[in-house]
Amino acid sequence: MTVVEIKGLTKTFPKGNVTALNGIDLQIEAGEFVSLIGPSGCGKSTLLRLIGDLTAPSEGTVEVNGKPAPRARADHDYGMVFQDSVLFDWRTVAKNVALPLEMLGWERAKRKQRVDEMLGLVELQGFGDHHPWQLSGGMQMRVAIARALAFEPALLLMDEPFGALDEMTRERLNIELLEIWRRMQSTVVFVTHSISEAVFLSTRVVVMSPRPGRIAGSVAVDLPQPRTNDTREETRFFELVTEVRELLRGVGADEHGSVGAEAR
Amino acid sequence: MNATRKIADWIPAIAVFFLGVVVWQVSIDIFDIQKFLLPKPGSIVSAFWTQRSTLWSAGWLTLKEALGGFAIGSALGILFATALARFRRISAALMPIAIAANAVPIIAFSPIFNAWFDPLSPSPRIATAGVLCFFPVFVNTLRGLTSVKPAQIELMRSYAAGEIEIFRRVRVPTALPFVFSALKVATVLAMIGAIVADYFGTFGSLGITIKNSVSLFDFETAWAAILTASILGVAMYVAVSLVERFALQWDPTRQERGTA
Repeated sequence: MTVVEIKGLTKTFPKGNVTALNGIDLQIEAGEFVSLIGPSGCGKSTLLRLIGDLTAPSEGTVEVNGKPAPRARADHDYGMVFQDSVLFDWRTVAKNVALPLEMLGWERAKRKQRVDEMLGLVELQGFGDHHPWQLSGGMQMRVAIARALAFEPALLLMDEPFGALDEMTRERLNIELLEIWRRMQSTVVFVTHSISEAVFLSTRVVVMSPRPGRIAGSVAVDLPQPRTNDTREETRFFELVTEVRELLRGVGADEHGSVGAEAR
Repeated sequence: MNATRKIADWIPAIAVFFLGVVVWQVSIDIFDIQKFLLPKPGSIVSAFWTQRSTLWSAGWLTLKEALGGFAIGSALGILFATALARFRRISAALMPIAIAANAVPIIAFSPIFNAWFDPLSPSPRIATAGVLCFFPVFVNTLRGLTSVKPAQIELMRSYAAGEIEIFRRVRVPTALPFVFSALKVATVLAMIGAIVADYFGTFGSLGITIKNSVSLFDFETAWAAILTASILGVAMYVAVSLVERFALQWDPTRQERGTA
């Protein structure tokens, strides 16, 4: 089943007449874990926001679960995780996770049960009554993931969720995310600027080129599941990292492998 | 344990206060200060006690004016800000005007209000206090309602939330700390507005008690009336602070400051 279907997509911002994305065609199947990677200004975050109908395309179509993107958003077909965890300080951790459930009109008892499950999933049992600012950055991001998954959307959109975290926390959360993805059998679209993160997490890495943003190529990641810390040390892992890096070099990303932080 | 620590936090301030009063009392004898310049705190307190029933009823009259102005001015400020938060263009046009109006010494209009309203009713005093309260509450509430982070709006939109839901679940909680700091300022302004407006002749009010006592060289009574006004002003401020403390238990900046 096709979860995301993008055809002939172009996005122009009227301010300064910038073409952010040009002629994008992309199809994502159920159960895939697709990373979008590319240098600053390649429009990877814009592409994610178009899938979520947080911005509208200038030309072309975006379909999610076979429906136009606005319809899918209205139907709560996806959960979104942002670079900043975007938790509400006035809500406790449990109430932050419960927010989408409240808006869907779930009953209190059902909400509480689901929130407990979700906090268990991200290993934050016992933190429900804390406020977000009492948690570390990594824990805050886990709350954001629990919130995005609380209503069991089939599609998870993640915009550089681990970009602000330190390397060790990021690697641990990568493994947790894969475990969640496997258990929930969801589809993930993941924006990142880290090549190794993209290869480690994904079943497919889509490489984008800047000005205007286009899809330059894609790399199927055939590393076996489930992936562990040992995966990062396999020869095949390095081969795939190199393959992605070569593609990025071809699109004019800098020579040092790192693609550079997206200007936000 | 927490409660005892909080009391301990207050000890230095209380000690300094009483030390100040003692220095005041003693230095008047030492330097032979005339009582029209500064009466002794002891004689102020005794004037406060002997004339407690007059001062109390005068204080009650002025407090009612201040409270009325505070309630009306703050409510209108919040109402206007809420209405304008929906319309970016209009609020962008009005914000500089509101900030400029905030800088106008509104208290100067007090005699004008006596011409606009029945000077024998409390209306002109309530109007003075109300206009003084309106601008800071209006400006701060509008600022609070519009200082929501774009990512928070995007998150809500990803849940297909409409404007009303975004307003209720994001804008209002974001604005609350702004609103409360404005309300605390407004309690002080309301008391100032009521007393200054009283000077223009409110029979039996605190303002006129101060004015008349001074003209009769009864400085102890004037100071006792000022003491009454101070107690009432502090009471209003503390009342708002207590509501704030209850409503903003979650606020990390408030927690870091400890007491506020």
